[in-house]
Amino acid sequence: MIKLHNLHKSYPIGKDSLHVLKGLDLHIREGEFVSIMGSSGSGKSTLLNIVGLLDTHDSGDYFLNGQRIENLNEKKAAILRNKFLGFVFQSFNLINYKNALENVALPLYYKGIGRKERQVTALQYLEKVGLKERAYHLPSELSGGEKQRVAIARALVTNPKVVLADEPTGALDSTTSHSVMELLKEINREGMTVFVITHEEDIAEETDRIVRLRDGVIISDKRVIKKAIV
Amino acid sequence: MKFLFDIDTWQEIYSSIRKNKIRTAITIIGVMWGIFLLVVLLGAAKGVENNFNKLFGSFATNSVFIWAQSTSKPFKGFQEGRKLTLKMSDLKSIRSEIKGLDFVVPRHQTQAVATNNFKSGTFGIYGDYPELNVVQKKDLVYGRFINENDILENKKVCVIEEEIYKQLFDKDEYPIGQYIKINNINYKLVGMYKEGSLRTGGPQGSIHIPFTTFQQVYNRGNTIGWLMITGKPEFDISQIEADVKLLLKNLHKVNPEDNRAFGSFNLGERIAQVTGFLTGMQFLTWFVGIATLIAGVFAIGNILLITVKERTKEIGIRRALGAKPWEIKRQIILESVFLTSVAGALGIIGGGLVLMLIDATMGKGHDASLTNPTVDIPVILIAFATLVFLGTLIGLIPAQRAVSIKPIEALREE
Ligand SMILES: Nc1ncnc2c1ncn2[C@@H]1O[C@H](COP(=O)(O)OP(=O)(O)OP(=O)(O)O)[C@@H](O)[C@H]1O
Ligand SMILES: [Mg+2]
Repeated sequence: MIKLHNLHKSYPIGKDSLHVLKGLDLHIREGEFVSIMGSSGSGKSTLLNIVGLLDTHDSGDYFLNGQRIENLNEKKAAILRNKFLGFVFQSFNLINYKNALENVALPLYYKGIGRKERQVTALQYLEKVGLKERAYHLPSELSGGEKQRVAIARALVTNPKVVLADEPTGALDSTTSHSVMELLKEINREGMTVFVITHEEDIAEETDRIVRLRDGVIISDKRVIKKAIV
Repeated sequence: MKFLFDIDTWQEIYSSIRKNKIRTAITIIGVMWGIFLLVVLLGAAKGVENNFNKLFGSFATNSVFIWAQSTSKPFKGFQEGRKLTLKMSDLKSIRSEIKGLDFVVPRHQTQAVATNNFKSGTFGIYGDYPELNVVQKKDLVYGRFINENDILENKKVCVIEEEIYKQLFDKDEYPIGQYIKINNINYKLVGMYKEGSLRTGGPQGSIHIPFTTFQQVYNRGNTIGWLMITGKPEFDISQIEADVKLLLKNLHKVNPEDNRAFGSFNLGERIAQVTGFLTGMQFLTWFVGIATLIAGVFAIGNILLITVKERTKEIGIRRALGAKPWEIKRQIILESVFLTSVAGALGIIGGGLVLMLIDATMGKGHDASLTNPTVDIPVILIAFATLVFLGTLIGLIPAQRAVSIKPIEALREE
């Protein structure tokens, strides 16, 4: 689903440039639940943004769903994002003057789907994250955990190939964090490829595979040994 | 075009405006004020022009009045200060020697008390030829104007202005055939007319009697009080004025350099001056209105730029969710067009209302300073179309700005 080969990325800082990703190789197959760990500044977000087509890489290869990503213009990138990718952010990034339902329906609007169908589909996904009763609440009327569920519903509503989450639990307490992870797991069980960044070891433990980054290189890539689930 | 009919499109414009209520209102006022000024000033200018046309509409505008004064230079043995009088013989010479004449109408004028039973008043008394009714069209309410027969037979008839009728007669009294006494002579009333806004007879009102009768009654021999000369449209009235004066100087043995011997009032020139002034006023109106409009549109562009900056993060989110650059842009352009159109419409409506108010207060009655102040619909449409066009153009700037930064940078914005 996601295939990276010798991926490099630098940020220009004044006259110098900061080499952030130094030749990454990573292959994430369809249906995997992968987490990336690493200290602050190791390049996790940079990697996720490139994978999410929000940013571009300097050199190396990136294949998304078998399609080589290079020289994308903004329009094509927008279409691919809409079609293949769902985003979940640490700070939720809901639009504050739109209620939960409208927020969830927004990607469908850009997909060109009619208003009625958008409403129905968005409501289905809100139900899936357990927030059907909160459909007409504004983000300011929702708790952090609820906001993140709305954001997850929004990421799923276009039925993408991959859900990308940059520290989805970073702003939540541990109980809420685990319920959000439960939700992501459930989505993964239904076949969705999920790719999360996290700082917390116990959150990473809930995924199937942990990739560790340090200074722009992958230092380890391991499957999680699941404790026996009864 | 489908997106124009999408509720979401308008909902987003609505919420964007709601977030910046005061600022939006202030900028809308800029454009509104511009088009308001344009409508009101153009309307007022049109009103003044209409009024002017109404004033002079019944008048041959290509005309000049000429009268005799006293010489200011000695000539051929005559002392300076000699009093001059126009004679009937001058008339013949003018008619035969000056080119481009339409009418040459001699007139006499005096003041007298006129009475009807116990009512009386002081009025201007004019000795006139039938031609006066051609060069200064009289709007006759009853009867007729002086005719050829009255002139030939020195008839004691008169034509009065409605104002005089009001002073000398009872309401609803039929004036034609009644007699008015002026300087102890009875004149039979043959006509009454409604004066235009321009009271040619002066404030006291005018009574017209046949020119020949005037000469006889007031012992004027074969003299003329003053001349009203109209030129054919293709001839320059100023040239006619100069030619006639030169001819008169020649006939009356006056130094050709003597500029005070004959007085004149060139109506054509005056009208050209006023017309020029009106044109200048309209030009100024357009200039002021359009400058204000452009300033207003720029203000709208500016507020959108600020709004776009404030919404950078939101725009980043939308783009992460799959909004194509054009979808972001057209939304902002539409917002710009929407704001300018609303402002324009409000300005036009406001301007229209003010014109109605002006018409109701200053445009009615006798001494109205404006007549029918209006602005042509095509002018409004052109102004409005220009506004929408400018709105689109100015909207392009914030729209471009909204998509100029990468989505990832937009998302990072706090
Ligand atoms: N737009 C940018 N311009 C310049 N430098 C940048 C930019 N974005 C990130 N960096 C730098 O690149 C490095 C990696 O950043 P990145 O955001 O990927 O780190 P991270 O692993 O996500 O860290 P954190 O855990 O704190 O989120 C950092 O040193 C950061 O300062
Ligand atoms: Mg990060």
